[in-house]
Formats: sequence, C-alpha cells, structure tokens
Amino acid sequence: MSTLVEPFSFEFFRNGILVATLSGILTGLVGVYVVLRGMSYIGHGLSHAIFGGAVASFVTNVNFYLGAGAWGVVATLMINRVARRRTIGADAAIGVVTSASLAFGLALLSRFRSFTRNFEAALFGNVLGVELADLAVVGGVTLAAAVFVFMLYRPLLFATFDPEVAEASGVRTGWIDAGFAVVLAATVVATMQILGVLLIAAMLVIPPVIGRLLTDSFGKMLGLSVLVGGLSGFTGMYLSWYLNISSGATVVLVAAAVFVVVYAVSGARRRLPQREPAVG
Amino acid sequence: MDELIRMEKVTAAYGQDPVLVNVDLAVGPGDFVGIVGPSGSGKTSVLRVMTGSLRPVAGRVAKAPRLRIGYVPQVDTVNWYFPVTVREAVLMGRTGDRRLPWASREELRLADEVLEHLGIAEVAGRHIRELSGGQQQRIFVARAMLRRPQLLLLDEPTSGVDVRTRHDVLHLLHELHHDGLAIVVTTHDLNGVAAHLPELVCLHREVIARGRPREVLTPEVLERTYGAPLEVLVHGGMPVVVDPAAIAKEEKVVPMEGGHHEHAG
Repeated sequence: MSTLVEPFSFEFFRNGILVATLSGILTGLVGVYVVLRGMSYIGHGLSHAIFGGAVASFVTNVNFYLGAGAWGVVATLMINRVARRRTIGADAAIGVVTSASLAFGLALLSRFRSFTRNFEAALFGNVLGVELADLAVVGGVTLAAAVFVFMLYRPLLFATFDPEVAEASGVRTGWIDAGFAVVLAATVVATMQILGVLLIAAMLVIPPVIGRLLTDSFGKMLGLSVLVGGLSGFTGMYLSWYLNISSGATVVLVAAAVFVVVYAVSGARRRLPQREPAVG
Repeated sequence: MDELIRMEKVTAAYGQDPVLVNVDLAVGPGDFVGIVGPSGSGKTSVLRVMTGSLRPVAGRVAKAPRLRIGYVPQVDTVNWYFPVTVREAVLMGRTGDRRLPWASREELRLADEVLEHLGIAEVAGRHIRELSGGQQQRIFVARAMLRRPQLLLLDEPTSGVDVRTRHDVLHLLHELHHDGLAIVVTTHDLNGVAAHLPELVCLHREVIARGRPREVLTPEVLERTYGAPLEVLVHGGMPVVVDPAAIAKEEKVVPMEGGHHEHAG
C-alpha cells in the first residue's frame, strides 16, 4: 500500500499529477468543440504554430505565456483569413500558416542553441518539471475555459451545430468563433509544457471521440470527454512513475487504450440488432 | 405597417455576383407563399435577406416591430452525426432566452408542447439520425416553432424526400398556416408542392410573377422564370407543369397513350 502512495510524498509529483489531470480536463472540454467543428487538424497545426511563438518569446525575453498566446491567436486568425479564399481551402491554409510558423521556431532554435533543453520540454512535455506558476496558468486557463463554456453553452452549441441558422436566430457567430479561437490558443499554450507540442492534438481529439462513441447526447458527450481527459491525465501520470517513461506519452497512451476498448465494445454493440427508425 | 416583412427594391450579392436584383416582396399575417425558380435563382437568398443573415447592397427591408422569425434550413445541410437528441436540437430554439446551460422547467414544458403538437413527442429522447424523413423535418420546424414565430421560413423542406414525406410535410405546413402562422417556403417541386400552395412567387433574381398557382403557372411565366419552354396541363383543377423535351425523349423509348387533359395558359 505504501508503495502505491509513495510518489505522492514528493511535491513535484503532486504538482505534476494535478497539472496533468487539469490538462486532461481542459483538453477534454475544449476538444469536444474542436472535434465537432471539424477542427481536429487545426488543433494539431496550432500546437506546431505556437512552438514558433514560444521560441520567439524566449529570444525576445517576452513572457512565454503572453508571447506564445498572442502568437497562437494571431495564427488562428491568419488561418481563418487564408481559408476564406476558396481557391486555397482550410486544410491547405492550416498547412501553410502552421508549417511556416514551426519552421520559424526551428530556425530560431538552430540560431540560438543555448536553450535547446527548454524546447525539448516544449516538444515532448515535461510534467515533472512544472512549477507553481505553470500550475496556476493551467488552473486559470481551465477555469476560464469552463466559465466560457458555461456562460456561452447555448450559443456555442447552436453555432457549432448549425452556424447559419444560429446567426439567423440572433447568435453572434463571429464573436463566438473569435472567442473560441482565443480559448483554443490559450489551451494549447497552457498545456504545451505539460503534454508537449507533439501530443496536445491527441488529447484534444481522443477524449471527445471516446465520449462520442459512448453517447448520442451533446451534454453527456461533454461530461464524458472531461471525465476521460481528467482520468487519462491522472492515470497516465501515475503509471509513468512506475513505468519510468515520458509522462506526456503515457497520458496519451492511456487515453488511446481507453479509445481502443470503447471502440471495440461500441463496434460489438453496433453489430447487435438495432432499433429501427421510427415510422411516420 | 400591415405586413410582417417588406422587401423594397432589394439587390443582394455574394461578392461581385448579384443574386437578387430589385426584388419587391411583402409578406403579411396569414400569408402562405411559395417561392419557385431554377437553381441559383435566389430563392434561399430571399430567405436569408428576410432573416438578416444576408445584407442587401441596395434597397431596404422593413419588418414589423418585434417580428419573430422561425427559420428551417434545408435538411441536406444538417450534420446528422452531430451528438444531439431531438429534445436538445429543439431547445436550441431558445438559445437567446436563458444563459444557464440546462433548460428550465418552463422551457421543457414548451418544448414538449411543441413536440406533442408536431407528433414527435415520443421520439424526443432519440438521436436525430434515428428518425424517419418526415420526423427529421419536424425537428427543425419544432426548433423554429419554439421561438413562437409570427413568420416561418422554410428552405426546400421537401428536397430529396419521398412522396409520403412530401405529403406529410405539406400537411404539416397547411396545419400551421391554419393555426394562423405566416409561411414562406422555397421549393423546386412545381407539381408536388408549389401547385398545392395558396400563393406563388416566380423568381429568377427578380420577381417574375406573383399570384395563385393557376395564375402564375403559365407557359409564359415559366419560360421567363426557367428560361426553357414548359407546358401546363390542368388535371383535376390543378395545374400540372410538363417538360415537352422530357416527354419527347420518353415517347421515343415507350409510346404512351394520350390522356385527357385540358391545356392551360
């Protein structure tokens, strides 16, 4: 028993497991809208784009969260703008903006090699290296995202499901989209040091997809996604202590394992006789 | 103003391409108007101008004070895999009325009342994809009705549906009209839908004609609207639009015996 609770005797582990759980909750919450808006690729691309902003922040001695956050919002707005040109398309717009931003970050990294180690953490995540300030940022962004979703639950849902009718019904879809872009950018920036640039996209997508496989109700999907995200963060961090492997990777692997089980079970359920569509 | 909504000399465009030119159109309480025209004639754009989601580049739109509009989109545009139950989809109609995420007792009562009225109360907890074609259309009519609209706009509500569903939707619209609701509906189905409506507007970027189906479904008006010669027969007192080119092609394949129809127009 004492072996099981042993890691909790270390402050860095307690901070790490708390921040990993919060990161899972945050990505699970925001990821539902990312997935349902068909933005899975933007989550992936945005994390790469923000890496460029993170490096630029270090070079210019600007606070990491402010610099990378502003970079993320600008990158999202640029993607939206480029994607409006119908001849280009959203997927290509994401590719252009985010790849260019990542390349910019790598170029700076190769020019100023002195802080390479910090950026290994940004690329692959380093939960055990979190400080109280990081904990406060992740906690603050999680709280802000929860308030955003709570206060704008109805218009956000309507704008996600049916943007044209939502707009015709008085929902300010432009403001909703802009607000969500800010929340998404803040989520990526806050969890970058925890999960790593390369793994954030997985946590934005896997918990919502698990929720979707388990329910046909939006409210329940949101709750399940947050639950799976939080549990994956907690369990992944805990297992990584004993398995001695990267905590960010373990968190994602736990979520992926849950996905495999749920996918198999829901597939088996689908093969059972289904309720016929109602007649009428 | 007596009308609910009045478009005066409205010109609207997407980018540089005008979709509506100098359109005058008014809808009053109790009106039930069908808008017909070929693809790209501006039918959906008229509805979008009325809801305010498409702003005219010229002309003006006057609305009755505190006019409540319900809008039902084409079901082709709906993401049927989106995780919402029928009740959740319908409750979106109350988006602007309450900030809290969950529905109030009053909202649930209103939603159940509308679902009951439209005959889909028993499937309220089901996912939207699990319903039949007619029931799926009713979800979005119910969502619009939850706003307690004075004017209901429907975009191609019978597009891509079978005959039974088309009949079901038409019957529902006539019931709602009978209850006092003003309705504007776009359709490309001249015989299955338009001919059964009280009033039609023939549109091709501009209003070509407006009147009862027997008054506007004439070869002259239809040629100006569709840019192709069409014939009109009267069958059982109803105008029936036929495409001579399609008939000629059909006759080459299977010779058909002539029916006893009266030519109109």
